[in-house]
Amino acid sequence: MATTTTAPVHTMPRDHYLNSTYGIRSWLLTTDHKRIAWLYLAGVTFFFTLGGIFAAMIRVHLLTPSGLLVSPETYNKLFTMHGVAMIFFFLIPSIPAVLGNFLIPLMIGAKDVAFPKLNLLSWYVYIIGGCFVLYSFATGGLDTGWTFYTPLSSVYSNSAVAPAVIGIFINGFSSILTGMNFAVTIHTMRAPGMTWFRLPLFVWAHYATSIIFILGTPVIAITLLLVALERTLHLGFFNPALGGDPILFQHLFWFYSHPAVYIMILPAMGVISEIIPTFARKPIFGYTFIAASSISIAVIGFFVWAHHMFLTGESTYAALAFSLLSFLVAIPSAVKVFNWTATLYKGSISYDTPMLYALGFIGLFLIGGLTGLFLACLGLDIDIHDTYFVIAHFHYIMVGGAIMGYLGGLHFWWPKITGKLYPEFLARIAAVTLFVGFNLTFGPQFLLGLMGMPRRYHNYPPEFQVLNVLSTAGASILALGYLLPMVYFTWSVRYGKAAGPNPWPATGLEWTTASPPPTENFDVTPVVDWEPYDYKNRPDLGLTAPAAPLAPAHGDD
Amino acid sequence: MQAQLPILPDQASNFAPQVDSLMIFMILASAFFTVVITAAIIFFFFKYRRKAETDIGEPIHGDMRLELTWIVIPLLISMVMFGWGAVVYVNFRHAPQDALDIYVVGKQWMWKIQQPNGRKEINELHVPVGRDIKLILASEDVIHDFYVPAFRVKMDAVPGHYNTLWFRPTEPGRYHFFCSQYCGTNHAVMGGWVTVMEPSDYAAWLAGSTAVDADPIVAGEKLFSEKSCSTCHVPNGTGRGPSLNGIYGGKARLADGSTVTVDDPYIRESLLLPNAKIVAGFVPAMPSYEGQLTEDQILSLITYIKSLESQPVPATGAGVVAAGKK
Amino acid sequence: MHRTGELYGHFQTLEQQKDSATLGMWIFLATEILFFGGLFLTYSINRQTYPGVFADASKTLDLTLGTLNTAVLIASSLTMAMAVWSAEAGKKKLIPVYLILTLILGTVFLGVKAVEYHAKYVEHHIPGLPFQFEPGSTAATNAHAELFFSLYFGMTGLHALHMVVGVGLLLWLLRQSLKGRFTAEYNTPIENVGLYWHFVDIVWIYLYPLLYLIDRHK
Repeated sequence: MATTTTAPVHTMPRDHYLNSTYGIRSWLLTTDHKRIAWLYLAGVTFFFTLGGIFAAMIRVHLLTPSGLLVSPETYNKLFTMHGVAMIFFFLIPSIPAVLGNFLIPLMIGAKDVAFPKLNLLSWYVYIIGGCFVLYSFATGGLDTGWTFYTPLSSVYSNSAVAPAVIGIFINGFSSILTGMNFAVTIHTMRAPGMTWFRLPLFVWAHYATSIIFILGTPVIAITLLLVALERTLHLGFFNPALGGDPILFQHLFWFYSHPAVYIMILPAMGVISEIIPTFARKPIFGYTFIAASSISIAVIGFFVWAHHMFLTGESTYAALAFSLLSFLVAIPSAVKVFNWTATLYKGSISYDTPMLYALGFIGLFLIGGLTGLFLACLGLDIDIHDTYFVIAHFHYIMVGGAIMGYLGGLHFWWPKITGKLYPEFLARIAAVTLFVGFNLTFGPQFLLGLMGMPRRYHNYPPEFQVLNVLSTAGASILALGYLLPMVYFTWSVRYGKAAGPNPWPATGLEWTTASPPPTENFDVTPVVDWEPYDYKNRPDLGLTAPAAPLAPAHGDD
Repeated sequence: MQAQLPILPDQASNFAPQVDSLMIFMILASAFFTVVITAAIIFFFFKYRRKAETDIGEPIHGDMRLELTWIVIPLLISMVMFGWGAVVYVNFRHAPQDALDIYVVGKQWMWKIQQPNGRKEINELHVPVGRDIKLILASEDVIHDFYVPAFRVKMDAVPGHYNTLWFRPTEPGRYHFFCSQYCGTNHAVMGGWVTVMEPSDYAAWLAGSTAVDADPIVAGEKLFSEKSCSTCHVPNGTGRGPSLNGIYGGKARLADGSTVTVDDPYIRESLLLPNAKIVAGFVPAMPSYEGQLTEDQILSLITYIKSLESQPVPATGAGVVAAGKK
Repeated sequence: MHRTGELYGHFQTLEQQKDSATLGMWIFLATEILFFGGLFLTYSINRQTYPGVFADASKTLDLTLGTLNTAVLIASSLTMAMAVWSAEAGKKKLIPVYLILTLILGTVFLGVKAVEYHAKYVEHHIPGLPFQFEPGSTAATNAHAELFFSLYFGMTGLHALHMVVGVGLLLWLLRQSLKGRFTAEYNTPIENVGLYWHFVDIVWIYLYPLLYLIDRHK
């Protein structure tokens, strides 16, 4: 039957977490997970902007073979600082510390995380670590590459290495505290009836991520501490001139830094697993498989680190083992992609911005993940290792994947976080702009890698110029795609329409409370007796199964 | 030879066609899945677009057969990808016995190359076509990497280690090589050219220039005496250390009963960590030369010791496994 | 500021609060295993590469003091366990007694370490300061011995830092126990600090043979 629905007019609730108390102290001393999420949002946005400025300078510099903008030393600092800012201070915290912090207690029906004061402490630790790194950037910069390979970083570099590695060391504890908090929260603070297999997949994804936070981060902490000691006290752990071994550094470094990339992507996959059922209005296909694949990725991800070291002279047997495991770790990711695609089948699909980001994620993550197989393949790695192929691969995953997941999540939950709607039309334009700009920036870089252009080059042979110019052109479009949300999100906080509790509507617990939520999240502790993404059995959402004119009545599965 | 994909560099080594065919297979397999999944997404996106505002989708929770299918099939395909790549890589990591050894030392920011007869080059590598070439890579400071796109091969030069890189050039010409492991300020300009020549031209070029005292064997012999090696390593086997005649390329029996191949890394280790692998019948008396020899000097000593292969092997006191070396 | 024993606002029940605190401590200890693990790995690899120098350097450590410290620390784990037991058995007056004993033993340990470190200082065995292993050691031996001592100070120093934190936690527990805060129903903080203390003890039980006992039988 035809229904003309006029959009209901909502108003903001009178009391919510944003206006419950005022003043700078109420923010800087808050233990409310929702306010801490805002604190993190400010921090990660700052570092994203900084890293983005460095990226813009890199792309402008590479317009000409002999370098357009800066000296070689400065260029080397630009790519290093771009990597450090983006990886440690934007990508790793972004979804967990902003969206995870805000949503996990709401999604499980709790009033807050298990350790709210530790939560606030983790933000301060993040900021202090960030200050050390900014100090390094400002007093001589950092030119070792974000990978800090020794003995370049511990002996030969003339840049401000010690404060930077100390800053990253400190920041590691922010990750550890967040991981501890999430793991305990998910174990002990679920509302009555919220069993493990009724948890939203976003929560599963963050549980898996927490495993990596807890077990991986301490290793990079001790490794960077050793680099700092080596540099300042002239010790010899990683310096062959003093009996040390640079390869030991690489093993220790990658033991964390490979699982770290799963820290960056698992939460984004969790976001996608929430968006697709919502905007197809049906349960996710293969819930158990998606949950299990998150855990598998976290576990197997700890056993593949030396695929970054195939060409260091490591033993052939080791290389074979790590290559095999690297192919295996791709399988659970493939399982997710297939399940997300299958969820679209016979859905009721709308084209809202979060869905656009989710679908863009699937396509770009697919390319990024498949090109990862190229690198895991030993016979190809001997050619494409340390070329622009690698750069293209990881940007497809981290930007085309993780950042699109982050932006999709921000759009999806913006109404819940702020109580306001962002401007939908402008947001769709931004999403498409970002998608186009991204592909134009990084697509050519695969070709550059195949042609033989090594990475971290401030100059390059002239035959590589055309593709570099294309890449820079794409970057300018990509930048526009990032600037637009910054503008309209800010605009929407003041001028956006009130969203109401459940604008989409979606099925999670977080949508049963007001937008924005009250400080204690729920007026009454929820008791859960429904399955996730169960649109069919949620009459409170005001939706109906579509009329099926030809099909006879039949039971659903 | 022209590569099959237009953007790839020329194929100029035995590995290039191997890598390229594997690359094409990976591209086709990836393109297949990318196209299929993207087409499915776009198709579903339009076919199942929402008709009425309150419509929901059909609640399908999953399908075990489908899950197993899309686990097993990608698993099988990945194993093929792994296996094919492994075969190429294992070949790449095992240089043939009769390869021509060329020493390559990287330092910030240049490459110093030493040909078998001692002729030195900087940022240039001359090699004969059709011959197996083995580069022994060392570094004087930080980690570098020697990469020849037209050969499709690269290997790190790690300070404190020797790494080997082998290939067989198949096409005369000049090919770019690059440093491919970030090594500081001038990493991007630390490259040069590989010149592949006909064997007769290479031989002529090789004989071309050196003065006598640049001969590494002569330099190594001088060092051998200056650093007092000859005091213990007496050729007739009567010294406190084993005679070095004839040992290179063979096997040495160690004090703990194991045997080890006497190759470049073993000689280097014996210079720097002499007590790590003591030859049977000898005591740990050799001092370490760590910090007293540059990489070039170590290479000269190795070249000299290699030349002793053709010297008369004493009946006892060489520590060499008696019967047939090779 | 909440007093120990009260229900914090975001928890539903005291049991949930206790479970959270205990699980949190176990997870924290897991991170500590990985943190020390990097050092243990570095130590293992270097010991395998330079067995002779590591043995010689190890012999310059004071075996008596090291063994004494091991006994002291194991005893302190006993007194800590007794403190936990006292709390669980409701013997409130005994809790501060055992905590003070643990504190004393912990402080003795740190004092002995200070004595050992001072001895190393006198012998010029502290990396970073002018380092000389033995008069007449070659540059290579010096460098490899400096590696041993870097690991010695790094590992025992990190351990000592954890001991200092432990002492601070014990002081806090002592204050709370003197106010009578811990009962048979509520003693989670003592239990969790006990877990932490035992962990730090176990780390030392690995450090002692690895650092002090290399080739001592030869």
